[in-house]
Amino acid sequence: MSAGGGLYGGMPPSGPPGLAPRLLELADALRGEGLAVGTSELLDAFEALAAVPWTEREDFREALAATLAKSQEDRRVFEIVFDRFFFRSVERQAVERGLKEERFSGAERLDLEELRERIAAAIRGGTDGEMSDAARLAIAAFGRQGEGSGVIGVDVQRIRRTLGLRSEAGQQAQGTPDATGIPQERLREFERHLRRELERDLIRRTRSLPPARPLSDFDRALPTASSQDLAAVHRVVAQLKRRLATQGHEQRGRRASTHVDVRRTMRASLETGGVPLRLKHRPRRPRRPELYVLCDVSTSVTSASVFFLSVLHALHDSFRKLRSFVFVERISEVTDVFERERNFAAVSHRIASDAGVADVSGYTDYGRVWLEFLDRVVDDLDPRSTVIVLGDARTNGRDARPRAFGAMAERAGRTFWMNPEPRLYWNYGDSVIQVYEPYCDGVYECWNTRQLEVFATALTEPRR
Amino acid sequence: MLETVEEARDALSSVGYLPGESTALVSFLAARLGKPVLVEGPAGVGKTELAKALARATGRKLVRLQCYEGLDESKALYEWNYRKQLLRIQTEGDAGWDAVQDDIFAEEFLLSRPLLQAIAETEPVVLLIDEIDKTDQEFEAMLLEVLSDFQISIPELGVVEAKSTPLVLLTSNNTRELTEALKRRCLYLWLDYPDLERELEIVRLHAPELGETVTRKLVEVVHMIRALDLKKPPSIAESIDWARALLLLGADDIDQSVLERTMSIIVKHRTDLDVVAERVGVKLSGEAFAAPRASTG
Repeated sequence: MSAGGGLYGGMPPSGPPGLAPRLLELADALRGEGLAVGTSELLDAFEALAAVPWTEREDFREALAATLAKSQEDRRVFEIVFDRFFFRSVERQAVERGLKEERFSGAERLDLEELRERIAAAIRGGTDGEMSDAARLAIAAFGRQGEGSGVIGVDVQRIRRTLGLRSEAGQQAQGTPDATGIPQERLREFERHLRRELERDLIRRTRSLPPARPLSDFDRALPTASSQDLAAVHRVVAQLKRRLATQGHEQRGRRASTHVDVRRTMRASLETGGVPLRLKHRPRRPRRPELYVLCDVSTSVTSASVFFLSVLHALHDSFRKLRSFVFVERISEVTDVFERERNFAAVSHRIASDAGVADVSGYTDYGRVWLEFLDRVVDDLDPRSTVIVLGDARTNGRDARPRAFGAMAERAGRTFWMNPEPRLYWNYGDSVIQVYEPYCDGVYECWNTRQLEVFATALTEPRR
Repeated sequence: MLETVEEARDALSSVGYLPGESTALVSFLAARLGKPVLVEGPAGVGKTELAKALARATGRKLVRLQCYEGLDESKALYEWNYRKQLLRIQTEGDAGWDAVQDDIFAEEFLLSRPLLQAIAETEPVVLLIDEIDKTDQEFEAMLLEVLSDFQISIPELGVVEAKSTPLVLLTSNNTRELTEALKRRCLYLWLDYPDLERELEIVRLHAPELGETVTRKLVEVVHMIRALDLKKPPSIAESIDWARALLLLGADDIDQSVLERTMSIIVKHRTDLDVVAERVGVKLSGEAFAAPRASTG
């Protein structure tokens, strides 16, 4: 993080006064974060604001959220953008009008122990306002007022250390459960207040607004616990399954080439006095998806393979006709492992210990894997089957054998490749994804659940 | 009934539905602006119940359309009653072609399905379109006309316009991304599991005879279970069921054995049962359980 001249570039010009321009600016900020805010949403928002009292911050926010943010993820982004936007507007006004707030004075004289107690109490059970007061108090007392490091993250950590705040989880890990631990959530909340108050100080001191940074992926990511991730993967796959199951149905009634079911037509004609007014058609059987999933579990994809294994695990929950394989140097089939074990932890353990993956060198040998795969299942592949490869296509300098892969792809109806690396790194070093790409119906980067959803959509698209 | 946000909140509470902050506001906006509401959230947080509560609170009739795969317009909008049409044709065999043609495509021969019924009522109703994510995209497109203009075009008859503006709720379990066009026409409400205090109130409301300490413990346990990684976390309805079951059993405390005997009420998967027994049951037997209470003080 550099504190160059560009970071605090003074005051950006403020637009025309009034609510409408502010709302349009907010909408712009939201669009910048990828929300689809159209004119009709904006009109709705104005209409909604006409109906609610603006004096309640909650009502104001909810009215805007209900009209502008139309999904759970949008809602999360909205909260962040809303807070940041109005915080900045208020601070700008304050600077422009030269408003100053009475800062806490005399905090130095207070007994530090007592202060610690008070702040800890506020964090544990205080309201929003109390917590915000606690944050200011902490900054005044421990933050060496007016001469923070200038980097907010550093100051937050220093204050937290000085206060001696520890979370419950940390204490349990140390095996000393006592009453001084603070719930993780409250602590995070307090840090947010600290951050905000420090930013406010900074704005006041430098008399300039830092430029608004776009939200990072980290800000918008789902709450990250590994079990939560697993649940998210399961959700996406459940969705995928439903899409596949209904695939045939949406075509119903549109295609001309169905077979007339004579029996049912005759039976239906009884209602109309023997005149076959209504033709009954034989139902069109939706295709049974047959999936072959090949998953790279070598060390170069260690971080990704947990994700991939969880995708596999979820797929097994959802599809009957699914055969899965894992490979490093050689390939081995793990379909039965997944079918027997319901618990993800047990599955990954069993695959790691005794799935029989010949992992001599720990280096992937894609060429050999294709040959072995062809050797084993080539007779089962037919135009109805879909092959999905999960891997980074890093061959460690070995023969990629694109023609073997081509032969595989040709026998199968469709072939997809999911790569756990960002597209930027593809084809650098020993990554040879470009030699496989021509044979695939689609190649996707896939390292979070959003991308998995993109893939799910592609997989279930009606075929050409 | 729903003139201000507070009124909406009170009206909903008075019929046994305790709305969260945003729920009351969005219900109020829906009534005020006449816009449909898209309600999303995990299963069992009271999405459908909200529609029923709104109907009770406003004294309106509830018209419900349950969506499923393959639902089409003949089941959602209207259908021609062809048997009656046939009868009509047969009874007046000698009437002129034009007369009969005009005749058999009249409202008299129309079987109205939920959507048509909802807008044809003279008294405004609450229309619940449940689990919209189960239908195909084509069906969504068909809904657009009803939702934005409250009218239905019937080729043989013309446009049927609404006699009253219904209060429309669409629910979705988020199994499929809905189209932008549909979302654009709706207000959005995300319902999540309530926080501890509010769920406590809800359970108290529905099982008032259960003792205060048991109720609190029950809600705390449910929250603990929801924090685990389960296939299907317990819903609000299930915590209410559990409260009633405990009432029947006359339990005055929840310990490990009570939990193990009754947890099949709130947890419905075999693997989930194992996880809960292992993670929560053990906690209940030890005194470590006292810890989460600190947050309520």
